[in-house]
Amino acid sequence: MGKILEVQNLHVSFKTFGGNVQAVRGVSVDLYKGETLAIVGESGCGKSVTFQSVMRLIPEPPGSIDSGSIFYKNKDLSKLSDKQMRKIRGKDISMIFQDPMTALNPTLTVGDQITEGLIEHNSMSKRAACKLAVNMLELVGIPDPDTRLNQYPHQFSGGMRQRIVIAMALVCQPEILIADEPTTALDVTIQAQILELFKEVQEKTGVSIILITHDLGVVAQAADRIAVMYAGKIVETGGRRDIFYSPQHPYTKGLLHSVPRLDLDDQELVPIHGTPPDLFSPPLGCPFAARCNEAMEVCTKIYPYRTQLSDGHHVECWLQDERAKQLQSGRV
Amino acid sequence: MAVRKLQETNHSPDIPESWFSPLEKNEGDAEVVSRPSLSYWQDAWHRLMGNKLAMIGLVFLAVLSIMAVIGPMLSPYDVTKQNLLNQNMPPSSAHWFGTDELGRDVFSRTWYGARISLFVGIAAALIDFFIGVVYGGVAGYKGGRTDHAMMRVIEVLYGLPYLLVVILISVVMGPSLATIILALSVTGWIGMARIVRGQVLQLKNYEFVLASKTFGTKTRRIIRKNLLPNTMGPIIVQMTLTVPSAIFAEAFLSFLGLGIQPPFASWGSMASDALPVILSGHWWRLFFPAFFISLTMFSFNVLGDGLQDALDPKLRR
Amino acid sequence: MLPYILKRIGWMLATLWVIITLTFFLMHSIPGSPFNEERATSEAVQKNLEEYYHLDEPLFIQYVMYLKSVVTFDFGPSIKKSSQSVNEMLGRGFPVSFELGMATLVLAVVSGLLLGVAAALRHNGLIDYIAMTVAVIGISVPNFVLATFLIQQMSVNLGILPVATWASPRHMILPVAALATGPMAIIARLTRSSMLEVLTQDYIRTAKAKGLSPFKIVFKHALKNALLPVVTIVGSLAAAILTGTFVIEKIFAIPGMGKYFVESINQRDYPVIMGTTVFYSLVLIIMLFLVDIAYGLLDPRIKLHQKGER
Repeated sequence: MGKILEVQNLHVSFKTFGGNVQAVRGVSVDLYKGETLAIVGESGCGKSVTFQSVMRLIPEPPGSIDSGSIFYKNKDLSKLSDKQMRKIRGKDISMIFQDPMTALNPTLTVGDQITEGLIEHNSMSKRAACKLAVNMLELVGIPDPDTRLNQYPHQFSGGMRQRIVIAMALVCQPEILIADEPTTALDVTIQAQILELFKEVQEKTGVSIILITHDLGVVAQAADRIAVMYAGKIVETGGRRDIFYSPQHPYTKGLLHSVPRLDLDDQELVPIHGTPPDLFSPPLGCPFAARCNEAMEVCTKIYPYRTQLSDGHHVECWLQDERAKQLQSGRV
Repeated sequence: MAVRKLQETNHSPDIPESWFSPLEKNEGDAEVVSRPSLSYWQDAWHRLMGNKLAMIGLVFLAVLSIMAVIGPMLSPYDVTKQNLLNQNMPPSSAHWFGTDELGRDVFSRTWYGARISLFVGIAAALIDFFIGVVYGGVAGYKGGRTDHAMMRVIEVLYGLPYLLVVILISVVMGPSLATIILALSVTGWIGMARIVRGQVLQLKNYEFVLASKTFGTKTRRIIRKNLLPNTMGPIIVQMTLTVPSAIFAEAFLSFLGLGIQPPFASWGSMASDALPVILSGHWWRLFFPAFFISLTMFSFNVLGDGLQDALDPKLRR
Repeated sequence: MLPYILKRIGWMLATLWVIITLTFFLMHSIPGSPFNEERATSEAVQKNLEEYYHLDEPLFIQYVMYLKSVVTFDFGPSIKKSSQSVNEMLGRGFPVSFELGMATLVLAVVSGLLLGVAAALRHNGLIDYIAMTVAVIGISVPNFVLATFLIQQMSVNLGILPVATWASPRHMILPVAALATGPMAIIARLTRSSMLEVLTQDYIRTAKAKGLSPFKIVFKHALKNALLPVVTIVGSLAAAILTGTFVIEKIFAIPGMGKYFVESINQRDYPVIMGTTVFYSLVLIIMLFLVDIAYGLLDPRIKLHQKGER
């Protein structure tokens, strides 16, 4: 399966009165056709900013894409004009956001909000657009779509609204769907339903999904591949099995240990101590070094290079370096 | 630059071997709270200081207040002293702001007017504050039926046209300073009562109030540390914005002949008296009261805006 | 919607009743009843008064009778002018005042909205600073000051616009401008802040993610939401404009209701004061009602929350 989106060495920063926040510091990640890629990391690690930059939705100023490229169908999205980018947003790449309670405009009907993308991109008549919208609502599992189309967002529950948001994002049949914490604001039971819905929709439409989340439960349930992000960098990428069964980066291990597991009897939850670094002046070396139990002197000085462990499993950590391995094996 | 080069070569052979030994962990050095902690009021004050327009307003108000106190004393002429030989004199070294049609000194009268305006504004704001806090506080604290009934009363009163009621009361009671202040207070407290009620209702249910209670914090401490900063902000802002509207109302009433009666002066009555002579070019008659009333309104408005931003706990950074 | 409207009408009637009662008893509490002989200018007037106010009856009966006549839209005679009834004065003055008030309201709302939206879209830009400077000045300068200033500049110094009266559209420019500036400034500031807030909302980001044009995002998605807080204050602005007509009509010698009202205040013509007060209140309450309805039409959520307080 081919790559559909290639993000290469992306740098994004925000000007604030405290200085420049380097939110994304050289992110490279690929998305393959028809897969679900999960981006995992704690809040503030730059995972949302990365993909809002892909959509070119970060406010500029204060934000700016400093360097790097975002390739989609041989076009570098970071170089497109606003007008060209508008033709891609919603049509080729859609994005849905965390809170379905606020993502919908309270003063417009649901139908109006679903169809306006179609009318904008496909210059469709209102009637034809409504027909498609009804189909879409059916697809995302909203009963009685004909009447529901003329209702306002406040007449729907949170889970229903998220379904509408998904319908809205998929109505133009985009190739990529970026879902930014789509289940965080929902009840656990609804979360499972929405994740199920993503799978269903993917089977029916073949859309590639980027799932941004901090919830490893969501990841385990929905992702094919996983990229772990920390302090504006992707520290480890791999298939679901790679990440869950043989995590290599200490941060990935820490994340997994801080989540309760039912399959282990007397597992002790180990929190990751400390806080992520201040991105006003990010550390020279590995940003996780200050919190890492296995940190070496080199970690604080130089950022580690990317090591390939197996096909599709990469990690950026000095522990993978031969010299570190020798020293450690020698000591033990 | 060097760092990037190392990354590119990928194997970076020139790193000293010793760098690969584990670091001695230094507990706690990762988290240094760099920011000094400021109390709510210090923080608000800092933010107010940072607002240039609000600071300009504050300075103007200070100057106006001082002049309201000493202004009439700076001039050798009494506020009501007529001098029919010096009618309608333009500003000069003898009469800094000129004289009116009865030869009275406009400088003295302007600062006398400042006293009236500031007094009316502050008195109205204080009265509104007391009635509003009591009414709104009781409604919010009691809740339930009491609250419901009290809010119905407010709803009816809210429909009353404010200045019309003020005019009516002034007509009935006869014009005087006391009448104006009373008239302004009759409907003026409604806004304050609504704000206070809303605040009290909200605070009653806030988790942090509950949290403080469960920690066994003393009631006085809860009020000082939690309730006051959260409640006082909107109240102070409302008070600051009540003052210019009361000053405007007084000027408006005086302009209609229902306010300060001659021979005494207020900015509104001075502007009203200047109206017939404006066509004959006696600009100073209108300019000084008009300028100072506008300046006062401006100062209170920008200060109110600044306070609104500074006191909003949600905007704290 | 219907129960909501009925409920609002109920509150309107209650407010109106409070106003009528208040005016009635206030007027009758004036020492040396204003309706006594020495106040009236002639026998004929005195007779009219007695007839209308039923002065020989006990106070409570008088009150009931007054309520009755107000309900039938009969505001009684004037003390000062024997030949005139309050109704006639209102009939002559109201159309003029209505014209002035409406022209002002429309100008204030339209220009205030434009200024506010422009300022918000160019946040921290030149337009923003200019618009907000205009707005701060507009709020700070009382309308009677502005009116006199405008007369002095435009009519006396430059001589390009007529000084006073209400004869042609050219005559309307200065009074409407003087009266509209304050409300315009308030609307502009409110529109700006509400627009800025709306533009940070999630649903605006959603609209952007759909690839809509900036024009559609602003005028379809943002403006309607930004208007909601603005609509709520139009009612009180209408009140401000209405009371503003008193001074503006006095300054520009416009033969409207406000001018009669001010005259009646100065002459202590109590029946006229009472009648106009009640009539003004009625106009205002209807305005507030219309604003409420407009709000309901604009915000679909209001239908469900009809119990909630505003």
